[in-house]
Amino acid sequence: MKIYQIAYKNLLRKKTRTLLTILGISLSSWVLVSLLGFNKGYEKSLSRDIDQLGFQVLLTAKGCPYEAATLMLKGGTGLKYMDEAVLKQVESYPEVKKVTAMIMHGVFDPNKGQSGGVSAYLGIDPKTYPNLKQYVKFKQGAWFTGATLNEAVLGYEAAELEQREIGDLILVPGTNLELKVVGILQRTGSQDDGTIFVPKQFIQEKFGLKGKITGIGIQVKQKDNITKFEDKLYKLPDVQVVSLAQVKETIMNLVATARVLVLSIAVIAILIAMLGVVNTILMSVFERFQEIGILKSMGAMPLDIFKMIWTETIILCSIGGVVGNLLALGLSIVTDTLIRQILPYTPSGRLVVIDAQLSLTTLVIIICIGIISGIYPAWKAATIRPLESMRSEGA
Amino acid sequence: MTIEIALEAKNIIKTYSRGSEHVNAVNGISVTLNKGEFVSFMGPSGSGKTTLINILGCLDNPTQGTLTVANQPVFTSGKPLAETNLTLLRRALFGYIFQRFYLIPTLTVTENIILPLTFYRKTGTHDAVGLMKLLGIEHRSNHLPGELSGGEMQRVAIARALINQPEILLADEPTGNLDSQRSEEIGQILKQLNKTKGITVIMVTHNQELACISDRTIHLRDGIIKD
Ligand SMILES: Nc1ncnc2c1ncn2[C@@H]1O[C@H](COP(=O)(O)OP(=O)(O)OP(=O)(O)O)[C@@H](O)[C@H]1O
Ligand SMILES: [Mg+2]
Repeated sequence: MKIYQIAYKNLLRKKTRTLLTILGISLSSWVLVSLLGFNKGYEKSLSRDIDQLGFQVLLTAKGCPYEAATLMLKGGTGLKYMDEAVLKQVESYPEVKKVTAMIMHGVFDPNKGQSGGVSAYLGIDPKTYPNLKQYVKFKQGAWFTGATLNEAVLGYEAAELEQREIGDLILVPGTNLELKVVGILQRTGSQDDGTIFVPKQFIQEKFGLKGKITGIGIQVKQKDNITKFEDKLYKLPDVQVVSLAQVKETIMNLVATARVLVLSIAVIAILIAMLGVVNTILMSVFERFQEIGILKSMGAMPLDIFKMIWTETIILCSIGGVVGNLLALGLSIVTDTLIRQILPYTPSGRLVVIDAQLSLTTLVIIICIGIISGIYPAWKAATIRPLESMRSEGA
Repeated sequence: MTIEIALEAKNIIKTYSRGSEHVNAVNGISVTLNKGEFVSFMGPSGSGKTTLINILGCLDNPTQGTLTVANQPVFTSGKPLAETNLTLLRRALFGYIFQRFYLIPTLTVTENIILPLTFYRKTGTHDAVGLMKLLGIEHRSNHLPGELSGGEMQRVAIARALINQPEILLADEPTGNLDSQRSEEIGQILKQLNKTKGITVIMVTHNQELACISDRTIHLRDGIIKD
């Protein structure tokens, strides 16, 4: 018989206690895995959302709230307009690679959702916009034909929601304007999915916004000296420069603050689980005082006893760590939904991403905790003298 | 035929102190046990039997005195060997049996018997099956201790003490928890082991009949040998 077999059988002695201890470790490692996975997933999703915009800098009208990018990302109203003439000036800068003007328009749709909602129409320039968004793939059709202004390209979810196929007509709520669907995008996992794209001129003409735009997307030649370029843009009158790198940083900082809080909770949870392990093992050592004394009288060296008790702790923590990982994997969708309800802005796509490396890392952390928390009880047991067993005989 | 000495104790004193109160549980005992001898210690409760045999079995340190086991000094004027050396000596020479059997409840009879081999394997054969047959518990080999009678448990404990073929078997009231018939059976087993395998047996008992099967009975009172 090997020492680990004895250790394993010892754990089976008090099954409920062992199970509860494992549960404690599982829960705390679940929190840890989810948390680390969340950070990874969130940053990845956010970066992808921003990269898929196809531009690194967004110009908006001055007075537009700082969260303009968020507005753009989510699609919304309360927009301020700027003059289309700015576009010419921006184009003239040598740092600029590609540039496109956009006009966002929100229309209240009483039939959307339970109490109505805003449908976002993004007016784009059919000549330049597709150029910036080269990764866009169509499920059906293509960008506007240019035959008429009343054409629309639907994001994947927008098409699902409206139940439209290519060639169908959609009515702009609250108006008598009809749009012909010429293309439907593939799912991107970004805010594009919910957007209805129309030619820029359509919005400018039909909603009395001639010569107005809400934003200019700028793709730069070199992403490195972007700050210098941004300073230059600030000199333009009545515009606000939104650096998407900065937006990302701001959002990540906000999330980081929240994460520190949750991380401290996770650390406390792990400390409590650790104390639980120490307590469980210590209790079982005290219960087995005589037995351990007997093992020593049989010829077990202190190191043997140390190994036995240590193994017990490590077994507990390993099982707990594995179960916690499985929980985190199995329930990552649930965690995702929970986080979405708590955080003000969440990117599309998976928020909690648990990969093999992360699983392994947390497992190693949990096992290390097992190794550390096992030292004291194991040492305590190792120093029991063989005589203790008989001393307590009379008692 | 020369008589070999298994164990020699000289002027052993063991003092327990509780505050300012000092009790000499063993108060100057000298005893020599020969190899292959079966010795039993008797005496009233509190006379120091357990204290003495724990010292003879190298499980406890005397306050004063000298102990030599198999020609090796274990305690010299009360000074013991290092703990590691004590363990090495114990597992090479001794087997222990206790009134409460101290079997591991989660291990089967066989597993309990071979348990000492996890920590130490003396060269030679380790015949768990043979021991179970010898002790009449082979039909119980896969049972857990909780499913055994007291007599059977003590047999398992004896088999466990024998697995590494000790030269000296120490038994502190091995039948204290058993009825008279079981006690008699255990006594016969010890006697048989003593006679056939030549194991030196040191036994503490309250049972006069049991003491009769031994070669020599030593009576203790108040920590000294009473003639
Ligand atoms: N650990 C201890 N601390 C203090 N005093 C002790 C300790 N162990 C034993 N004694 C005392 O030493 C004396 C001898 O005890 P011991 O256990 O050796 O007696 P015993 O002959 O084995 O008795 P019993 O037949 O009841 O088992 C008793 O007075 C006891 O109270
Ligand atoms: Mg006693």
